This record gives sequence, structure tokens and C-alpha cells, in this order.
Amino acid sequence: MNEMPVKDVTALTANDFGSDQEVRWCPGCGDYAILKAMKTVLADIGRSPDDIVFVAGIGCAARFPYYLSTYGFHTIHGRAAAVATGVKLANPELDVWVVGGDGDFMSIGGNHTLHALRRNVDINLLLFNNAIYGLTKGQYSPTSPVGTRSPSTPGGSVEAPVNAVRFALGAGARFVARAADTLQTHLPGVLKRAHANKGASFVEILQNCLVYNDGAFGAINDRSQSHEATVRLEHGQPMVFGKEEDKGLVFNNETGAFEVVTLADLKSEDTIAIHDETNFVRAQALAELEQPGFPVPLGVIYAEAATEFVEARGFSGTKSKWGREELKSLI
Amino acid sequence: MSDTAIAPDAAGAAKASPLVVRFAGDSGDGIQLAGYEFAKSTADAKSDFMTFPDFPAEIRAPVGTLFGVSAFQIQFGADEVLTPGDRADVLVAFNPAALVTNLQNLKSGGVLIVDESSFDARGLKKAKLETNPLEDGTLEGYQVITVDVVKRTLEALDHLGLGRKPATRAKNLWVLGLVYWMFGRPLDTTLDWLTSKFKQSPEVAEANITALKAGHAYGETLEISAFPNLSTPRVAKHRKGKSRIISGAQAMALGLAAVAALGKRDIVYCSYPITPASTLLHALARFDGGVRTFQAEDEIAAISAALGASFAGSLGVTASSGPGLSLKTEAMGLGIAVELPLLVIDVQRGGPSTGMPTKPEQSDLTMAIHGRHGEAPLPVLAPATPDDCFWIIIEAARIAIETMSPVIILTDAYLANAASDWELPDVDSVPDIDWPAVTSNGEDFQPFTRDPDTLARPWVAPGTPQHAHRIGGIEKAQGSGHISYDPANHQEMTSLRAEKVSKVADRLPPIELEDGPEDGDILVIGWGSTHGSIAQAAKELNAEEKRVAHVHLRHLWPLPRGLDELIKRFPKVVTAELNTGQLCSILRSEYLAPVTCISQVSGQPFHVSDLKAEITKRLEATVT
Repeated sequence: MNEMPVKDVTALTANDFGSDQEVRWCPGCGDYAILKAMKTVLADIGRSPDDIVFVAGIGCAARFPYYLSTYGFHTIHGRAAAVATGVKLANPELDVWVVGGDGDFMSIGGNHTLHALRRNVDINLLLFNNAIYGLTKGQYSPTSPVGTRSPSTPGGSVEAPVNAVRFALGAGARFVARAADTLQTHLPGVLKRAHANKGASFVEILQNCLVYNDGAFGAINDRSQSHEATVRLEHGQPMVFGKEEDKGLVFNNETGAFEVVTLADLKSEDTIAIHDETNFVRAQALAELEQPGFPVPLGVIYAEAATEFVEARGFSGTKSKWGREELKSLI
Repeated sequence: MSDTAIAPDAAGAAKASPLVVRFAGDSGDGIQLAGYEFAKSTADAKSDFMTFPDFPAEIRAPVGTLFGVSAFQIQFGADEVLTPGDRADVLVAFNPAALVTNLQNLKSGGVLIVDESSFDARGLKKAKLETNPLEDGTLEGYQVITVDVVKRTLEALDHLGLGRKPATRAKNLWVLGLVYWMFGRPLDTTLDWLTSKFKQSPEVAEANITALKAGHAYGETLEISAFPNLSTPRVAKHRKGKSRIISGAQAMALGLAAVAALGKRDIVYCSYPITPASTLLHALARFDGGVRTFQAEDEIAAISAALGASFAGSLGVTASSGPGLSLKTEAMGLGIAVELPLLVIDVQRGGPSTGMPTKPEQSDLTMAIHGRHGEAPLPVLAPATPDDCFWIIIEAARIAIETMSPVIILTDAYLANAASDWELPDVDSVPDIDWPAVTSNGEDFQPFTRDPDTLARPWVAPGTPQHAHRIGGIEKAQGSGHISYDPANHQEMTSLRAEKVSKVADRLPPIELEDGPEDGDILVIGWGSTHGSIAQAAKELNAEEKRVAHVHLRHLWPLPRGLDELIKRFPKVVTAELNTGQLCSILRSEYLAPVTCISQVSGQPFHVSDLKAEITKRLEATVT
């Protein structure tokens, strides 16, 4: 190998993580915002692009790796999590991110999402959920709400949608978070937490599709209204929301569900719930909060330290400790 | 019914020709264990041999049923033994069902050992028999030894106070003891194995050892001179050096270990359990290094993870059987498009669909060569014998890395399970497997530039400084690898991918006849696991001065250089395949040659006698 100049990774900026490829998403696509946040996060993390891998499936979101200066593998529909597992088995030292849409993660590749999560493979799974099939021109997806009119459901979809956070918790994920594309002060923090977690990190990013499903998430990713429609979770902090932080969530022990209260009307016997991201039961209750009626929880919903898969299997490095002598004794 | 005396051995002791022994019984009777122990003892006796376990798909079929019969066959001799043999000289039947389903596999005049304990009304009914074959004349023409094995085993173990059920379980060892006596074999190897196997439960060891010895002792009460032919030593003088018993699956596992050792790099083996490929996963999972195994959630995840491992710089390997291979084809297309090395092992079985999961067939050849979307060629190899499974894995790994392409290896249920004596390879004489060095300094690195000789692109794994790049399934521009929908580029890339695979043939040794005259009257072309049967048939026909040439293909795609000319030299050319003529039709379309096919899809390997008869018929026909 020829001598290669070593870059000072600490001096890398967000721009250093962009590739020379022309970005081909539709103008106004939420994916641009996620890409921007990701570049910032990668620069902050401070690892060389040469030690980072982005693996993607198929769909609009899955073009993501082409637009970064890291190693990238644009694979086949739904299988990115399985490919990423193989990458980690071969070289556990790499930082591996998996990018996919609701088709990739929740439909054709639902099985791989389930197993990557329960195995706790050290990969970061980013679900770009736009609740529609964009690249195939607008069919309803498994996360589309009932009644979604699309080319394949002209009379409106009748299928109950999958709740991605509920799915991830049910699959045994040890790190489950949610963010939204446009919330650029919030999204990078969630991505950094996902990266810091050793194990499978699942992040649902609510992403607007301007062409086929504009406004699907309503006020959630509308920056001017988002504070009313979402609750930003902080471990150890009370779950308050609203522009004036005038509302909050109370946990009803009898029903096992959260209730919305205005702080002014808070009864003396009630207290605003404190977010405990290690509490699985509360995480399940948070997963149920949907618009309208409830603020959608954003941030780290659940995080629990657990043994990572490849390490538990006892694999490390890339070289073999085996040579001819071991082979001879085996034979 | 009393234990019967036996007639003198009709064959006599004059010539120590190869012998075939077959054990048949319930899948819960320990048939495979008895067979395997007999094979070990055959190796100790320094005979050449080959075995074939023939078992049902059901794990524990209801006792005594026809579909629950499991069998194990071995042929051994002083000369080179190429097959497990057609029909048996000695058949051991543990119950009526085993007798009924296996009697056709016994030579006329052969020795039949029958456990009569279950030849009661119930046992006969389960085997769908109206009358008792031990009494109705069915067994005329055989040398029959009937023993109430259960009764005798229970008597032998009586003093241990085990109870009827656990004691009955040792009946396979009682029978093995009797068989050892008939073949003049010492008990040592099996005794040692039992002692070590049941170290934790000495009472089980003692029960089995007692049963083995009791069966052996029972033999001595029979006419001692009855079977001189069976006990004549058959020492294989052509065998030199150290050897061990090896099945195709074990050889393949060792081959994968060898790839790791020779490449000094762990390989990643990903698979989803499927019969008959799972034995490979089991064997690999026991190694404590070299191969990183991953039991994936499904067939697609298995190949996807393997490809991910290859992307990350390891060699990814996946294995399955026909239905699983179907599921893997999309990912194989990706492997071809991104040009990464990958090994895909297909342990073929009777199909389509679930078909006959434990029975061999060679019916995935067309799928392996052509069965993908788009123009997607890849090299296809097939090992010929159990020990070749070791070498072909190493060869396939070299081809995959050298070519930057997925490679399919076609084996089958017969090769995976058949075992033979294997002369240990000289590991030091096998060259290293070189992982390609990164030759660029990273400035303006182009992942789809090509080696002028092999047309392979550089393999640069994540973690390599200054080389970060992106690959994917979308068509890439030659050189830069950037997304390209340019018509001329797709034309060029399609041709390059095909030419790259075709060039593999340039690096293969020239095709050679395995047997028979260069100007013979007929050329028999085989591939894969049928090697032994075809080679034996050709050998015997040539001994009868029939002028039969045999060529056996280990490389199915690209086809070896010179095969075209070879085929056209012979007036008659026939393939022998366990399918309905897949290689035949490929040869016809590639070479415009009037090749015909000897086809069999019974779920059984070819019998040598059937092949001989069929080849002879083709020789005699005016038109093939």
C-alpha cells in the first residue's frame, strides 16, 4: 500500500462529510434536513469517514449513502439491517448506520428490523418515516393511517398502520427514539445519543414527503406549531410541553396511560410525570401517544444498557487468530 | 420362532471382492450410529470405503412404520472404492418395515440378519404386511439369521437392573457386536468411543458395552466357519499416510476453516437452518476460531449478512438447499452488481418445493447458472467426492476473491452425508489465499477500475484510510462507480461482467478424460456427486473392452476450455445426471452438440449396474 496522508479528524466539518454526488431528492424533501443534521453529527462525533459505513435499502431515503463521504452500501429493498449485521460481524470496529424508509423497515424488511433489534447488533437504524411509498409514486405504506387515499387505495386504505415505536419496543429494542426532520435543534442530539448507545439503536424520524404526502405529520414537524404537538423527552425531567411550557403529562396508575393536563389546572394530588428512559412500562405508554389528543413524544423514549451481539459472540477485529497450525490440529 | 442356523457362505473365501453392508431400522433405533461405528472399524481395518446414510425426513416417525425407516450403507474393499455399492452382501433389518423397504437392496444369496422381536401381529400391520415374511417364503434364496435381539439384549443387561426401555435402547450395539464378529473385527474402537462418549453416565456406557460384547459373544455360538469371506482382510494398499473418515459436510467445514487459515482472516458464515445444509452450520459452530458463524433470521438475511461481511473485507459464505437458494437469488444479483466475493453453497435435494429434503438430486444446476434476474453470470462449481468438498471450497474462495464475484458451489444430500476414508492433506503445501492489497494511495480512488487480466475491480474495505467510497445495486459507471443510466455504459458493464466470469476458464487446468480411450465409442459426462458411480461404471465397462470415456466436470460455469472439442471427438456423448437433463441441455445449447442424457430422479444415487446397462444400451443403439 502506498503512503496515505492521514487527515486530522478533529478538524473535520459538516461539509467534509458531504460527497461529490448531486443530491437527487425532490426539492423540499424532508431528507435534505436529515442529511444536514447527520453531517453535523458526524463532524461532532469526530471519527474519520473511513471508519464509518452507511448501509441503505431501497427507496428515497435509501439514497442517503451516496451523499456522504463515508463508506456506503446501497443494497436491496428491506435487507439493509441484515447487510449491516454482516458488516459488524466482519469488522466490529466500524461505525455502522442503517438508513431506510417505512417500506424498508416496516414492510419488506420488517423481519430484519425485528431481529437486528432483539439481537442488539451495534448498528444505528434510522427509519425515515414519511408514511407513503415515494419512489414508486405514492402508494400507501404500512405506516399510512386508515383512510389514506393513494393510487393503490383510491377508496382509502383500510389497514391499521404499524406504530414504529411500539414495534421496536415489542421487538426488544434497547434504544428507541423519535425525532422529526425539520427540528434541527432536536434531531442532532437524538442521533448522537443513538450513536453513543452500544447496541441496536432505533430512531424513527418523522419525515415530510412534499410530493405524495405533504403535511402527513401535521403540526409535529411544523416548527412554528411543533411545541404544541410534541413533548420533548429529557431523562429525569418533567414531561411538559407547549410553547409556554404550560401543559404536561400525568401518568394515571389505574389506567396505565398518560393524560394531558394544563399546569394551571394541575390538581394537588397529581404530579407531572418525570421521564425515566429506563422504564419499559412508561415507554410503552409513551408509544401510544398520538395526535390528535396527545403530544407526540420526541427524544429518547427508551434506553437500557445491554450486551451487544457481536461482542457477545466473541468476535473482534478482522484478522484470524487461526493459521496453518490450527488447521492441522483441526484436520 | 427359534434362532436359525445358517447355511455356509455361498460365495466362498477365494477372492476378497468389495463387500456392501446395509443397516436398516427405525430412525430411533440408532442405525446411523451403528453404521458410523462400523465405518470407523472399517477404517481401522485399513480398507478403502464409502458410506451413504439414507434417512427419512421425519425426526422420529412413529415406531415401525414404512416411512420411518432409516438406513446406512457402506461398501469397503482392498481396491479403490468409489461408491457405497449397489446392493448389499449383508443386510441388517431391525423390524418388518425395514425388511420390507430394504430387501430389494440385498443381493440374492446375501446374508440377512433380522431382529425377529417385532415380527408380531402389530409389527407386521405397521409394515402393511398380511403375512409374516419370516415364514411365508419371502426370504428364500437368502442366508437368513433370525435373532430375537430385544430378548437377548434384555437378558444380557438383566444384571444391571435398568428397566426394559433403557435396556432395549442398547439393541443396536448388540447387533453391531454380532456384525463385528461376522467380519472378524475387534471391538476396541467402539468400546473406547462408548467409554468416552458416556463419561458422565457410566451406567449407560456399561449397558452399551455389555450389549456390544454380548452380541459379539453370541456370534461365537454360531457356526464359526460360516463367513470366511466376510472376515477376510481387505487392506487397501493404495492408501498411504494418515487418514480419517470424512463426510462431504465435514470436508466442506474443514475447507472453510482452511480458507480462514490460509487467508489469515476470519470468514463469516451466515445461514438459516435447512435440511440437508444445516450439518455444515453445526460443524462450523463448533470451531473455536477462523469462522464466525451467524444463524440468521431467514435465508435472505443469511446471504445479505454474508454479502455485508464481504463488503467489510471478510469472505462471506452462505449455504442452503434449493428452496433457500431461490430466496437468495436477489441478493446474488446484488453481489454480481457490486462485484464482491461471496460463496453460496447449495446442498441440493429432491424438489421442487419441499420435495424430498433428505434425498439427493442435481436439479438446481440450471438455477445456479441461469436462475437470476437480469444478465447475471457467476462461476458455478461442483465437488465430485466427499474429500473434494474440502478442495473445492478453497478453489471457490480463490476464484471468488480473484474474480470479485459470488460463486455457487453445488453439492447434494448424498455428498453432504456420504463418508469415505480421507488421506490427510499436506497443509503446508497448499498456497496461501492472498487478500488483495490496496494498490492506490487513495487520491481519486475509482472502485470500478479493473485488473487487465482478470477484469476484477479492487476490493477496498471500510476502515481503509482515504478510500471511502459508495457502491450499490444501481448500474455504475465503469471506472468511477458513480450511478449511471448511460446506455453505452450499461452495455459495456454487462459485457465486462460476463467476460470477467468467462475468463475464469482461462485459469483452469485443461479438461482431461478421467478414464477410457481418447478415441472411445462413447463419452460419458458427469458432474458433482455422481462421480463415483460413473467412474465405477466406466472402469467396469472398459474392463469389458467397451471403450467408454468418462469426463467429470467440477466447473459448470464457465464450462472448461476444450470441452467443446472433446465432445465433438466422440461419436456418442451422454450426460448422466440426477435430474431430467439439465447439463445435457446446457451442453446442447452451448456447443450445438447432439448430447443425450441418462437421467434419474428417484432420490437415490445411481446404481453402477443401472449406469452400465444404460451406457451399454446407448453404445449399441444406432442413434443415441
